[in-house]
Amino acid sequence: MRLRRCGPDAVLVEVGSLAEVAAVRAVLAGLPGLVDLVPAARTVLASFEPGSPGLRQVRDVLARADLSAPPAVVAAEVTLPVVYEGPDLDLVAQTAGLTVDEVVALHSGAVYTVAFCGFAPGFAYLTGLPEPLQQSRLDTPRTRVPTGSVGVAGEFTGIYPRSSPGGWRLVARLADHADALFDPAREPAALLSPGDRVRFEAAT
Amino acid sequence: MTRALTVLATGPLALVEDLGRPGHAHLGVPPSGALDVPSLRLANRLVGNPEYAAGIECVLGGLVLRAGASCTVAVTGPSVVVRVDGHGVDSHTPVHLAADAVLELGVPLTGLRSYLAVSGGIAVPPQLGSRSTDVLSGIGPAPLAAGDALPVGDPVGPPVGADAVPPPSPGDFLTVPVVLGPRDDWFADAGARLAGTVWSVSPESNRVGLRLLGDPLRRAAGFDGRELTSEGVLTGAVQVPASGRPVIFLADHPTTGGYPVVGVVPGRHLAELGQARPGTRVRLRAQYSDS
Repeated sequence: MRLRRCGPDAVLVEVGSLAEVAAVRAVLAGLPGLVDLVPAARTVLASFEPGSPGLRQVRDVLARADLSAPPAVVAAEVTLPVVYEGPDLDLVAQTAGLTVDEVVALHSGAVYTVAFCGFAPGFAYLTGLPEPLQQSRLDTPRTRVPTGSVGVAGEFTGIYPRSSPGGWRLVARLADHADALFDPAREPAALLSPGDRVRFEAAT
Repeated sequence: MTRALTVLATGPLALVEDLGRPGHAHLGVPPSGALDVPSLRLANRLVGNPEYAAGIECVLGGLVLRAGASCTVAVTGPSVVVRVDGHGVDSHTPVHLAADAVLELGVPLTGLRSYLAVSGGIAVPPQLGSRSTDVLSGIGPAPLAAGDALPVGDPVGPPVGADAVPPPSPGDFLTVPVVLGPRDDWFADAGARLAGTVWSVSPESNRVGLRLLGDPLRRAAGFDGRELTSEGVLTGAVQVPASGRPVIFLADHPTTGGYPVVGVVPGRHLAELGQARPGTRVRLRAQYSDS
């Protein structure tokens, strides 16, 4: 683990795995004066109100913590109805050496965890993707991925909260009756938050 | 007689901004909010609002508003001509508008952004706790356009009687400190190279970031072509993309980034950057991290 300075009021904690990221996030949550706690693939950025004591406590709190047994956090459980009709479903099945039905069974059978969010408001990077579905990005990213598309890339699966360019292999789309991933007028605005447990349910 | 301001015209860009929505970065939501925070706070104090009330951030003037009802407004930021029904009034002081009065904002001689506060504040519905327009993610109200009617809240306090607030005059040469890190080790001689270059603000700068032109920073030995896994970034972060030309992230910046951040400009210096016109020369004075 390494602490890297980020201006006068923040620190970037660099660790070796997603599991340690989750642990660091749990350990730092609740420090006094904390403004933002942003997990990513190998880092957690913690920023504080100027002059608050929290920043000075980061090193000690992490030194005392056992990152292999992080504090238990109550995780929300979210089930997302999706239609497995993604334009890359055949490509993903071929690459995995599976049938399309087997891909659907694998993707909808797993329990995922929101490792972190980013890229766009409400975009959650979900871990727990079965190994055969862990595939590279498209050689040529799409200039426009429709809202609600469900994709896989590397060790992650995720849902595009709004239309944007993107290179993930698309296996499904959010069902029409599903709640929007992100709606700034709703409370809470984002359906998924770091630490949440997520399942996909095949809908038609 | 409704408490509203009707937009008759705007200049290049006029947005509703307050102090933003920090605390949502873990959801991918930028902090947003006024770029020149001290100016918005001052405008709010002048009209008797809490400092966090929403006002209008206006790039290079051109804003024309009609008051739907009697209200008090104040314009801050760089020194600028303000007219009410064609008569010149002062900036940086409370100004009373009668119902149907028309306020026109001129173009500031220096700097970029003027702030207008109205007694009661702009009362558009908040999103994630803020009324700010975020140009990156589209959260908050759309940029102002002629014909918009902006609801105004009820005044909570009397305007202050400050007799003279000297308007700032942003210069064409800025020196701002940069605390090195978290990824200064990715660059060859980062501190000296940052400080040794006189950077120029690119016309492609916006609320997402101030793009700097100048001699590109070079990667340190062993970091050439290396890719960074995306990580959280702060407002004020000096990110160095593949071109080697730094971008200083402003309020509407993405919450994570995949290019290394060589240093961070402390928050109290961001207002000057928000007032930097294209062509402004910038020197970045490196401070070495103490941890």
